[in-house]
Amino acid sequence: MKEVVTYRFRDLLALEPLSAAELTFLLDQSKPFQEIQRHPLKKLATLRGKTVALAFFETSTRTRISFGTAASRLGADTMNLQAEASSLKKGETLLDTAFNLNAMKPDCLVMRHAASGAPDYVARHLDIPVVNAGDGTHEHPSQGLLDALTIRDRKGTIENLHVTILGDLSHSRVARSNIHLLGKFGCRFTLCGPAMWVPRELEHIAPGTSIRSVYKIEEALEDADVIIMLRVQTERQHEPSISANDYIHGYQLNAERLKRAKPDALVLHPGPMNRGIEITPEVADGPQSCVLEQVTNGVAVRMAILYLLIAGDAGDGTHPAAQSPGTPTAHNRRATDRAADASVLKGKDC
Amino acid sequence: MKIIEKAQLMSAAEIDRTLQRLAHEIVEKSGGTKHLALIGIRRRGVPLAQRIAQAMRGIDGVEVPVGTLDITLYRDDLSKVAPQAVLQSSDITFGVDGMNLVLVDDVLYTGRTIRAAMNGLFDLGRPQRVSLCVLIDRGHREMPIEAQFTGRVVQTSDTEIIEVRLREIDNEERVVLVDRVE
Repeated sequence: MKEVVTYRFRDLLALEPLSAAELTFLLDQSKPFQEIQRHPLKKLATLRGKTVALAFFETSTRTRISFGTAASRLGADTMNLQAEASSLKKGETLLDTAFNLNAMKPDCLVMRHAASGAPDYVARHLDIPVVNAGDGTHEHPSQGLLDALTIRDRKGTIENLHVTILGDLSHSRVARSNIHLLGKFGCRFTLCGPAMWVPRELEHIAPGTSIRSVYKIEEALEDADVIIMLRVQTERQHEPSISANDYIHGYQLNAERLKRAKPDALVLHPGPMNRGIEITPEVADGPQSCVLEQVTNGVAVRMAILYLLIAGDAGDGTHPAAQSPGTPTAHNRRATDRAADASVLKGKDC
Repeated sequence: MKIIEKAQLMSAAEIDRTLQRLAHEIVEKSGGTKHLALIGIRRRGVPLAQRIAQAMRGIDGVEVPVGTLDITLYRDDLSKVAPQAVLQSSDITFGVDGMNLVLVDDVLYTGRTIRAAMNGLFDLGRPQRVSLCVLIDRGHREMPIEAQFTGRVVQTSDTEIIEVRLREIDNEERVVLVDRVE
């Protein structure tokens, strides 16, 4: 019998440890939710009675609204914690905040934090699934997935593409998630930006994946199938940065430069876009731009993530993956093989 | 626990004749094929719906639209059945508003699948009428749901399972009654 690949982790903390088959499964499971975005009635009752805690220790608009929309379209309720209004400002530790949220009995914790590894740390102390919604400069798994889904829809494949990533790579968790996902499908990468934003270490983060750094945008765009733009992240920069004018002159993606890429090259941007800085309106609104599809697909991907992590919980607080709740377990715990027992699905007969 | 095959309920030829009859019944009761569409419930309802549509082509010469519906997201027993029920795509490319829809499934049992399918359908719009066509009705209903078009009614016990095996999915074509024995 053919082995059925499912998502068997309890949490979604990073894309790096996932196999190509597991990533394909996650993308495939997003498809039914893409259809639901097109329905006149978009609300399901699948996760009715479940609660998703959204803890954003770092500001976010799009990702938080996207996860909130995903939860509510699945019929789940949300509880919201935002950095500005939280007791973190009053000196509570991260773990205490997490324990307090958990004491209100959510079924899943979606978390963003400025420190790389924070969701992983919290997940080791909680008995509910934790979703990383962006941690420091580490990973942004749901963004990596929605980018891949957008590319796959437009191109028909995510295999063996030439992907150019432009901008502030040193601070970009989006770039890291993109490399870890697309790299497993044979994509090769060209990283480009001002030298201080393109650390050479990035060339070695995904062994087996071809990654090169260049510092001239014209060279970076040559022969590209996909161009992923990154925002200039002022909030994460401590060193003196490049002036806006110099950036525009050296690295702005405009229609003229875009001609160097393949004629059907896609332009992606995780948002928020700085129109007129890293990208011209002409390109942002042009036929090669996928920015709004990315946003729509983001809700579908996040619905799939929440569905996979929450549905199947026995409802008594013991997730099948949590073998011994409350005790620290290994990095990226695997669920028991109950999840892989696809035979229960087969004999539907009702 | 062992699963033993107790009896063959239908041969390939019987399945074919039954589907032909169901196609005629649906067209007759609907007064033609206007606004008529079939919705196959995944998985085995899908090939059945396609075959009924093909039979209707022979009756009326008309192409009746066929959609497919995956009811996983609308189940009421997600946590009991499978920790991760694998989702399939639904594919209904026509508008359902004002349509005369016939849901098609292989076996009607508790009625919960049909309840879920109706929830799914009504998220797409407001059909004029929804009826149900099944190859086998095995009883044991837990919902106030009945089929308007039934291939065969079979009395079963709780431990028995009816397996509809179709060439598109199972590489064989017959309906069997199996039993679980300790």
